[in-house]
Amino acid sequence: MAMKDFTNASDVCWQDVELGAVVTTPGSASVRRTGDWRTERPILDKEKCIKCGLCWLHCPDAAITPLDDGYFEPDLFHCKGCGICAAICPKKAITMLEEVEQ
Amino acid sequence: MSKRVVLEASHAVAEAVKMADVDLIAAYPITPQTHIPERLAEMVADGDLDAAYVPVESEHSAMSAVLGAAAVGARSFTTTAGQGLELMHEAVYVASSHRYPIVMAVCNRALSSPISIWCDHSDIMSCRDTSWIQVFCLNNQESFDMTIWAFRVAEDPDVMFPIMVNLDGFTLSHVTEPLELPDQADVDKYIPKYNYRLALKPEAPSSHGCFGLPEIYTEVKLAQEFALRASRPIIDKGWEEMSAMFGRSYKAIETYKGEGAKTLVVTMGSLGETAKMVVDQKREQGEAVGHLNIRLWRPFPFADFRDAVKGVETLVVLDRAISFGGPGGPVASELRSALYDVENKPKIVGFIGGLGGREIDAETFAYMIDRGNEIAKSGSDYLYEPILVRGLDTGTGVRG
Amino acid sequence: MAPEFVKVGKYNIDAKEYLAEGHTFCTGCGEALAIRLVCKALGENTIISMATGCDEVCSSPLPVTSWRLPWMHTLFENASAGVSGMEAGLKAMMRKGKVPERDIKFVAMGGDGGTSDIGLQSLSGALERGHDFLYVCWDNEAYMNTGIQRSSATPYGAATTTAPAGKLSMGQNTQKKNMVEICAAHDIPYVATACPSYPFDLMNKIKKGSEVKGPAYVHVLTPCPTGWRTPSNFTIEIGKLAVETGIFPLYEIENGHYRFTVTPNTLKPVEQYLKAQGRFRHLSPGEIAKIQKHVDEGYATLKAKMAAFPAA
Repeated sequence: MAMKDFTNASDVCWQDVELGAVVTTPGSASVRRTGDWRTERPILDKEKCIKCGLCWLHCPDAAITPLDDGYFEPDLFHCKGCGICAAICPKKAITMLEEVEQ
Repeated sequence: MSKRVVLEASHAVAEAVKMADVDLIAAYPITPQTHIPERLAEMVADGDLDAAYVPVESEHSAMSAVLGAAAVGARSFTTTAGQGLELMHEAVYVASSHRYPIVMAVCNRALSSPISIWCDHSDIMSCRDTSWIQVFCLNNQESFDMTIWAFRVAEDPDVMFPIMVNLDGFTLSHVTEPLELPDQADVDKYIPKYNYRLALKPEAPSSHGCFGLPEIYTEVKLAQEFALRASRPIIDKGWEEMSAMFGRSYKAIETYKGEGAKTLVVTMGSLGETAKMVVDQKREQGEAVGHLNIRLWRPFPFADFRDAVKGVETLVVLDRAISFGGPGGPVASELRSALYDVENKPKIVGFIGGLGGREIDAETFAYMIDRGNEIAKSGSDYLYEPILVRGLDTGTGVRG
Repeated sequence: MAPEFVKVGKYNIDAKEYLAEGHTFCTGCGEALAIRLVCKALGENTIISMATGCDEVCSSPLPVTSWRLPWMHTLFENASAGVSGMEAGLKAMMRKGKVPERDIKFVAMGGDGGTSDIGLQSLSGALERGHDFLYVCWDNEAYMNTGIQRSSATPYGAATTTAPAGKLSMGQNTQKKNMVEICAAHDIPYVATACPSYPFDLMNKIKKGSEVKGPAYVHVLTPCPTGWRTPSNFTIEIGKLAVETGIFPLYEIENGHYRFTVTPNTLKPVEQYLKAQGRFRHLSPGEIAKIQKHVDEGYATLKAKMAAFPAA
């Protein structure tokens, strides 16, 4: 196996290590579920949304996905719940809702 | 057609860098290396060498710049000495960890303090564990040949390690001797075209130098260690090809008049030539003495060394650096360690001298051989004997 | 199907995420946002040389990477030396026909530590040698990645772990080192300040800096909720306050000519900015007044430079 086949450090054997430990798969760290970090999640009210894109633009985590219909959807797998999108939205169309344990 | 020229060793190195068609040179001047970057700058300025010449503002940046150049697949070269090698120390480890085939000429110089511009091996001894392939030159021809060899070996897909080519500062770097320069066409045949598989480019956005958690650091380092040791066949192959093409043979361990020798005097670097003179003298006097040159210092050639000393009774080892508070001279202690498990191993008598440019002449070598033979017979509890120290009686050793 | 660009206002912004989702920058990190926007402004024909810091640690955990651009990190103080070798080496290879000629942006990136302290020498060297590259500094005003230790970019009065507020200390007792003027003094074609709270201003400056021939330097104020002790959703707002109080003016120096790119009508009192952050909470009214005075003087000096060396 090669290092590029792994996403978990503890699975890599010495034989798998790439030359110079170079990581050759761009963006492979996106497997990490940083959504586990959050204590609040963004909820979008489509009625108020004007599709300005500012939430998408200001997300530090690229955790807002542009949809074909022009709306934007939080990527809950990655969203850390920082609340910047809610703070920046000019129409207050996003509210942060506390995550409750399932 | 090869041609016979007369060049200073520094200029011979520069000539080799030119013939290797390097893409980038980044170096900071430091005595006694200066003639190398100066000659290279001249070659670039006159259009004799088409390379980027980056006059960096420190040695740390010199190694850092060649790291960047190597990452994008450029054939790169740097050179330094003494303090410069120390200043770039952390970057030196990165070069080998990243497996970049950088070639660096080191004009061995004593480390401060006191500041000294003269030769000893304290600078290179700080680099033992850096995972670079390291070789030593004895004369101008070797200075040229080892530099050419270094590019050929470093860039081999089965190696991909950086290489230090060591020249004794002043006593080799500034010496002018005749040497043979091969034809450019032959050098082009000897050094294959370089194509770095993982070169940074937009089409292949890889990440060089990621960080390693405890879960993975060990595996990365062991992969590197195994690969360094596994590079040995190509190291030898490079010399074999050189022998076939240019008619000059080099080996990891070279013995001179070793046939039937009971005592071998062991050196690294240009003092080997003085030692060989003394071997000639002693042989004429009927003594069974030979010389052992350690050409390949890293990866250390254990098998070759053990082979070369079979049947030898005494190894007289000259170290040109002190491992303060340690088990003796660095070379002597490594040789002892290499022979620890060998039955019927030679006695090792270590001497430390030639520090900070102090000359070691033929007479001193003769003394060391005689003294070495004496101690090997009588035994001693010395770790090593420092030589030519005012205030220290001749024959006084340092105990642990 | 992922769109190629996203329309935001009158701008078409590259939709590609060059800093992949799933990185480990803190919640609400201003630097992460800045990196994301900067890379969108640079585009895919970019090679990055990055210094040790939050930027590198949060984006490159073996065996995976958050980078979708060619990227190299080696050490802390040498991003500029690394990029020098990349730029000079690749250009030499193109000139010699070893690789095809093409336009590539060479960009070095580092935090305030890796730029104004340990990295200052290699930055100065690269600027002086005139390499064709852009240097982007992520200024979160301390060595944040190692735990909020002071840097020469830490502002007067801020508490850090190595210049803490205490019985005998009011935190940082030196003024922030002026990296913008230091870089401008190297006579380079383009220097600018920027902040992710003004994303279009930031991206325009990055584009400008990366396209100019020769060295360029963009100093980005990147608010850090963790080190500045601000709520994670306040990052954009606190960046705006830095600009609106005159503490961090947004301007460009093009070939020695100065120009504001964001000009607040009247400057808000610095107290609004300082009181919003935990790292300043120990400051007395006297210290705050001192800071106000210094900011006023600095802003006046800057305006004088604008007048003396106006943009064309």
